[in-house]
Order: sequence, then structure tokens, then C-alpha cells
Amino acid sequence: MPKNLFQKVWDAHTVRQLANGQTQLLIGTHLIHEVTSPQAFGMLRDLGLKVAFPHRTFATVDHIVPTDQFIEPYADPLAQAMMDELRKNCAQFGITFFDRATGKQGIVHIVGPEQGITQPGTTIACGDSHTSTHGAFGAIAFGIGTSQVRDVLATQTMALGALKVRRIEVNGKLRPGVYAKDVILHIIRMLGVNGGTGFAYEYAGSTFDGFSMEERMTVCNMSIEGGARVGYVNPDETTFAYLKGRPYAPKAENWDAAVSHWKSFASDSGAAYDDVVKINAADIAPTVTWGINPGQGISISENIPSPETATSADDKAGIIEALAYMKLPAGAPIKGTKINVAFLGSCTNGRLSDFQEVAKYIKGRKVAPGIKAIAVPGSQIVALQCEKLGLDKILAEAGFEWRAAGCSMCLAMNPDKLIGDQLCASSSNRNFKGRQGSTTGRTILMSPVMVAAAAVTGQIADAREVFSVTQN
Amino acid sequence: MALAKITSVSGRAVNVPGNDIDTDRIIPARFMKCVTFDGLGEFLFYDVRKQLDGTEKTHPLNESRFKGATILLSGANFGCGSSREHAPQAIAKYGFKAVIAENFAEIFFGNSTTLGMPCVTASREDIAKIAAFTEANPQGEVVIDLVKLEVRFGGQTVKIAQRESARDALVNGRWDAIGELIDGLPAVKVTAAKLPYLAA
Repeated sequence: MPKNLFQKVWDAHTVRQLANGQTQLLIGTHLIHEVTSPQAFGMLRDLGLKVAFPHRTFATVDHIVPTDQFIEPYADPLAQAMMDELRKNCAQFGITFFDRATGKQGIVHIVGPEQGITQPGTTIACGDSHTSTHGAFGAIAFGIGTSQVRDVLATQTMALGALKVRRIEVNGKLRPGVYAKDVILHIIRMLGVNGGTGFAYEYAGSTFDGFSMEERMTVCNMSIEGGARVGYVNPDETTFAYLKGRPYAPKAENWDAAVSHWKSFASDSGAAYDDVVKINAADIAPTVTWGINPGQGISISENIPSPETATSADDKAGIIEALAYMKLPAGAPIKGTKINVAFLGSCTNGRLSDFQEVAKYIKGRKVAPGIKAIAVPGSQIVALQCEKLGLDKILAEAGFEWRAAGCSMCLAMNPDKLIGDQLCASSSNRNFKGRQGSTTGRTILMSPVMVAAAAVTGQIADAREVFSVTQN
Repeated sequence: MALAKITSVSGRAVNVPGNDIDTDRIIPARFMKCVTFDGLGEFLFYDVRKQLDGTEKTHPLNESRFKGATILLSGANFGCGSSREHAPQAIAKYGFKAVIAENFAEIFFGNSTTLGMPCVTASREDIAKIAAFTEANPQGEVVIDLVKLEVRFGGQTVKIAQRESARDALVNGRWDAIGELIDGLPAVKVTAAKLPYLAA
């Protein structure tokens, strides 16, 4: 019987059924960071347990690292304590730690792929909801809580129920100035922030076939913003070409066998799905959020919704609450909304291609007066790649501060925070109330090139007009 | 490690209405700068409960008549966003023993169950009935019955639902799977040996 990738990976990693009907699922690759792992190691010690497969857990530090301070101790003693704790735990349990001194540190969802740790047909877990990013490689990757981090450390497994699978097919060519970020914002807007609860999303169709790995990662990354714990793209030649030669990828003598094994996990034609959604790529416009969850999005040419146009009582209440928080006028164009801060980075859009695309358009332009603009590479390797190409200089000449790698202002656990009710044009993934470090701070999500357009004009703008974009 | 069989939760309830209450709202990220979960309870819903200067805003949890409530009522998609277990930990450490909502985000639901904090769903109308009862009788007892899958309060009864795997785990005292997962370690090694990427 034909199967989809989710079912194949699930079956290959099923250890046994548990008493409550859940599956004990083998997690081949475990990624950890400083925020959600210390308590798990604490529980392990309390229970007198060991790490079962220490070579299958990889650590890095991302959430709390300052992007403008390189020398420890960090100014924030709590951040330093978390750093020290992770270092101690990795040393004690024999876990590989991509610490800053290795030159391989970065956001956990950028480090895994760039090291070649993230591979097709595997299961991956990490105490972070954006673990869905790794699905871009045809892996089944779960965001988990700290108790499950403990479970994976102690047993390399966790207890889970199978998910349903929704195939989301996007076909055709994206219009100029429309990016992978717009695709996922469009999908979430269409299916809702909880439309994916209980589902894994399989992204397919000619648009995804033509996407680079970095574009696929951007889409899979935000699956959880649509409620889907897992999102994936079937592995293909693009996937294999990306992985070849990376430090943890199979070596030459095992390469062909690995590729044929990986191919065997791709969804069979004729596989069954619990739901299928089809989207025409040409219908997707540059998309921005206007509210307080990632599903509250509109195309750049649309007006901010007003309570009168609500489709239900819930929708109306949501609009009223969001507009009050965002301090945006109902019914007005979103274009022209003044911004205070521009943020480029995050596990969604902090990769080389994101900075390349921005540099292409921002070269010779200047960030508008009074706008704070920061560019934060997703990893030390991304930073180095950008610096070799001179992208850091182009961004700096335009007026962006070029920072060190980390999560930074996506969730502002480090010193990079909004102040008061500043409004931020952000390439990150969440626009929740207070998300960027100020309890009244405001976030508008968009693609990196749209962030650049907002930075140079000082307002929410259509990048296609600002940069005269005629082709991708 | 014997776990309690959680067949029912009873206590007073408080309604924190709203849809899409995300985990950043439940526990803002700045309070996650910690290496244990101790003390998280006091930061529950911090930014909607407190002004910048620490004085209280209008919020159900700040009302003295609802102090000591152990059952939290809310709307749809409760616990969406981050996978942070800090969110259910903060709810539990504040003193809540169960949550009733229209539905829950996936990761939050699993994290809560593993802590032995039942998350059950009810229709909006039925949650409104419980909320109305609580509003009129802040001291009134609400009973969540995980065996009969119903909530009883003030002579009324409404139906609730819960994913069977979670309900089974709670009522049979196996909501924290660690012991069972460890028992499976020999089988884990067999499965791992069949996967080329784990053979090395």
C-alpha cells in the first residue's frame, strides 16, 4: 500500500506500543539549547539516569547569547548561568557542544542543517517549537517540552500519538518580490493558527520542487504557527546536493547507499492523505501581519481589517483586541505604517540567502533616519559566509548594525529588545503581544526584503515598488 | 516511581477568557532565564496581570474572590506558540490542577499531561455555563470527572472530552512515561540497529 513520508518514517522509528495506546518512538537526532535543557538534566540527575545515546544529542547556545558582547562573563548573570549550565551538562554527559569557541555556534535550527546532522528519513526532536524547520529535509521533526527532553536524553525515545497528514500543494511560479516567507504567511492566514492542530503538513507541488533548501526551511519553520507540530518536504536532488560534503553527512564511500535509502522515504505516488489543500503560487502576494498572531496577515496592498468586516463574533473580538494592542487604525492601508525598528534574522530568515537577497536591493541605499536596524546572522558560519561576500559591509553602509549569531530580537531573551511601544518590521516568526522584549512592543512579520524596504522608507512599504523589483 | 491515578479534579474555578492565548502570554520569555522551574508560578500571565511598575492590572487572577482556584477556564487554541514547558509548569506552580478550554495547542497539551495536569475540552456554551456559575459562586466547587468525562458544578453537568491516550494515562497513573520508556530500552536498541544513520 502506498505510504506518505510521515507514515514511513514513523513506522521505521516505532519501537513499540505503550499501555495507553501511544507509540514509543525512536528519536534519532536530538538537538538541545540552553533554555529548555537545564531542567531536563536536573530531572535526569534526580532520577539517577544516564544519557542513553550521548553521540545522538547535539547542543548549541542561541536564545540568550548577546549579539554585541563576545567575551564572558556576560553582562546578564542569568544568561551566563544558563551558558555555564549547558557547558557543564554537555561535558558531564559527553554531548557534542557547538560552543562559540568552535566557530559553529548558532540558532539550533540553522546549525543542524549546516552541519549535515539533519537528514532525510530521520526523526529529530528539540525543546523548541521551530524544530519543524528540519522537516525541509524530509525528516519528521518535533518541538518538545522539557520532560520530553529528559525522556529523549534517558532513552532516545518519547511517547507520542501519530499525526494526521495534510498535503499542501503549491503550484506555479511565485510572482517577482514574493518569497518563501510570503508562502507560509499566506498558508497560515488561509488555514488559521490552529488549522494544523493534530496534523503534520506535507508541503509539495512545483513551487516547493523549485525551492532551495533555505526556502524550504523558511516554510517548514513556521508550520507550528499554523498549529502543525510537524512540517516536511519530500527529499529530492536539491536535498542531497545541499547535504553532500557537510561534516556529519555520509562520507563518499557510503554516499550512494545513503541517497537511495533517503529516496525510499519520499511519499509514494498514490499515498493517502487526511486532507489536501491546493494553492496557486500566482495568488500569493507579499504578505505582512497586522495583528497579534501569525494568522492575522494581509497582502501589502490590502487594508487593515476593521471589526465591521469580521466574519464571525470570534473574528470580531480578535480584530478589536489586535487593533487595540497594535494601535493601528481599522480599515486604513497597512502600507505607510511608520516603523521604529527593523530586524533581520531568526531561525525563519537568518540564512545566507536571506542576507544575499537583502544586500542585492539595499546596496547603495540608506536606512531612514531614526530607524534602528539590526541584522543578526543565524549562525557563526552564516556570519562568515556573509562577511566573505562583503554582505556585512553592504548592510553596515546602509545603516544596519551587523551583529553576532543568535536568536536575538525574535524573542528578546538577550539584550536585543524593543523599547516601549516601538513597532518592528521583523523577519522573525511570532508577533505575539510582548514577544520582542517590551510588554507593549509591536511586531509586523514579513520577508527579509520587505524588512529592508521598511527600513529604508521608515514605514511598511511594498518592496516591489521601493526596489523596482521586476524579477526574482 | 508510582504515579497518582488522576480520575478527577475538584476545586474552585476561574475564567481567563480569550482565544489563542499563547505561551508567551502565559509565561513571558524573560522569566525563562532560569535553570530550574522553581518560582515560575508568580510570573504566570505576568504581563497581563501586572503593570510595568509591578502594580496590578484588572485580571481575573488578581481578584481576591478567585484566589485559590485550582481549575482554569479559557477559550480556543489555548497554549499555542512555543514548546516551552515553562508554560504548564507556571500554571501548575501557581496552583492550578487542571485546565478546561475549547481546544489546546498540540505541544502544550502533551506537556501538561506529562505533568499530570489534565487538559480537557468542552464546548464554548458549556464553558460559559461553568464560568457563569463561578462568577456567581466564586467559592463553588467544580468537579472534573475523567472517568465519566463530565464536569459537575452547582447541580449542573456538562460533557467534556479528552484524547483517549491522555485520559488513559491520567486515570491509570501512567501520565509520566519515563518508567515505561526505560523499560523499552532493549527494544530501542533493536530498532536503532536497523537504521543506518544510528549504526555508527
